[in-house]
Amino acid sequence: MRDQDMRVDSQLSEAEIAEVLEEASHYPEKSGASIEGLKVVQKYRGWVSNESLKQVADLLDMSVEELDGVATFYNLIYRQPVGRKVILCCDSVSCWMLGSDNIKQKISDRLGIEYGGTTSDGEYTLLPIVCLGACDHAPVLMVGDELHHNVDEAQLDQILNTRAS
Amino acid sequence: MFGKFLKKSKNRNPDKPLTRNIVDGRAYATLSDYQSTGGYEGLRTAITTMDSLGVQQVVKDSELRGRGGAGFPTGLKWSFVPMGEKAPETKYFVVNADEMEPGTFKDRVLMEKDPHQLIEGMVIGSYAIRATAAYIFLRGEYHLSAERLSQAIAEAYQQGFLGKNILGSDFSLDLYLHSSAGRYICGEETALLNALEGKRAIPRAKPPFPQISGLWGKPTIVNNVETVCNLPHIFFYGVEWYAGLGRGKDQGTKLFGASGRVKNPNVWELPMGTPIREILEEHAGGMQDGYQLKGFLPGGASTDFMLPEHLDVLMDFDAIAEHGSRMGTGTMIILDDKTCPVKMVLNLEQFFSRESCGWCTPCRDGLPWVVTILEDLIAGKGQASDLELLEHQTKMMGPGNTFCALAPGAMEPLQSALKYFRGDFEKYLERPVVKEAE
Repeated sequence: MRDQDMRVDSQLSEAEIAEVLEEASHYPEKSGASIEGLKVVQKYRGWVSNESLKQVADLLDMSVEELDGVATFYNLIYRQPVGRKVILCCDSVSCWMLGSDNIKQKISDRLGIEYGGTTSDGEYTLLPIVCLGACDHAPVLMVGDELHHNVDEAQLDQILNTRAS
Repeated sequence: MFGKFLKKSKNRNPDKPLTRNIVDGRAYATLSDYQSTGGYEGLRTAITTMDSLGVQQVVKDSELRGRGGAGFPTGLKWSFVPMGEKAPETKYFVVNADEMEPGTFKDRVLMEKDPHQLIEGMVIGSYAIRATAAYIFLRGEYHLSAERLSQAIAEAYQQGFLGKNILGSDFSLDLYLHSSAGRYICGEETALLNALEGKRAIPRAKPPFPQISGLWGKPTIVNNVETVCNLPHIFFYGVEWYAGLGRGKDQGTKLFGASGRVKNPNVWELPMGTPIREILEEHAGGMQDGYQLKGFLPGGASTDFMLPEHLDVLMDFDAIAEHGSRMGTGTMIILDDKTCPVKMVLNLEQFFSRESCGWCTPCRDGLPWVVTILEDLIAGKGQASDLELLEHQTKMMGPGNTFCALAPGAMEPLQSALKYFRGDFEKYLERPVVKEAE
């Protein structure tokens, strides 16, 4: 979806390369920047394709296998297309006690997706996330880079732009 | 030499040094806000009047203990780093800002509201071990912390608190922000080092300890955010003042918190050794109407349950340990009487199971097994022997049987729930077995 919609050049842009190398300069070995390098690609493309992964590996003097081993370990590196906004629904203990299961269900009902799914318009991907460190405002959600506190059904309307599923 | 600052700052809650710059109605403390209460003066004292070993001695004398959960004495940890001419030239000082322990929300506050405090502490810590570079290992979801810290780092370079010849001394330091990409295991000290090297975050065998051979094989200190935030104040106000803050055996203050069905869930800076009752009743405002306190995890998901009968225990590392739990991160998760403890434990074990790095067998296979047993029990498909099996698992995944502390931590709430809430587990055995299971 996103891959086709936003088909940018399969080659990393100059800006992407510059940012990856800038991150690499923070470490005595370039491979130290593997996670941040992948995050640079994700910032521009939403996810990390095989082509992108190979180019980042080349920039960081790593093998593709090594970098993919890293990429697939970390849950916030996406190796398949995701929606324009990723909804991270906290399911850890404090949010669970205050109804995060219900919030997740409401999102699923509204968007017609389960955990791991992406809406057909490519707008949202829904994923579970560990404690977001805002337990005094449970239940919480992160949509894109934005954290939402004390989420209830009314607030979901605003957050999800009252979309019909 | 810092008498005038002492006097000035006394008007600004020196009994709450860590949060003194957190002011209602102000988004965060800017550099000038921070300096107006004596910010970077602790560093000046350390770097212009003491050598590195002198700084280490002050921290040892302060009896500061790590605030990340384990409570290891900070000065002692530092003392294992090789010093002197024969020591490796390259050394690292790393801050663990991978706050991901369920129920914990304290480091975020410190980074978002007063970013310079962390940076000043890092320069002091780096000077103490003569580190050549410092890293903040920040969890990827903390976007606001990343933004504020990046700005503060740039300002600190401009002002000469970072970079070459800090405050005119012979000490130079580069400081970088590393933004991570998930996985709870990254908070484990040695897994964090692998992550920072750009590898899969799998724990390393110890020894060698990171103080000797850490990041890229060089001597490395890893300290928690809150621990490091104590440092500027210890040098600014002095060890005697610091020792006077605690109410129990431990020194200083601590960020304590409470979440769950209390009236006012929040985080507060209070003296070490504050009684749990005071935190829950005065600060958290007691339980919400219609809910009773059934138990609590004193310091995050990986600590043993405690009961209402423990309310008068002090929030002190040793005092909590005497009652079979750990102070952990000091942010309490409250179990109310309308939440099933078995289901709460299931939620906790699902978390640990998902977050296991998969490196060692007891953790990789044992945690999903525990989850399955609990799910079956709750679904009415349990058998009496399941409780014994769960107890067996708490031993199998206990300390010494796994590669790191993740699984033993996961067993703490389970073993204490089996002890304190046995009846709630047994209640599920009384249900008729559902037909489809047969």
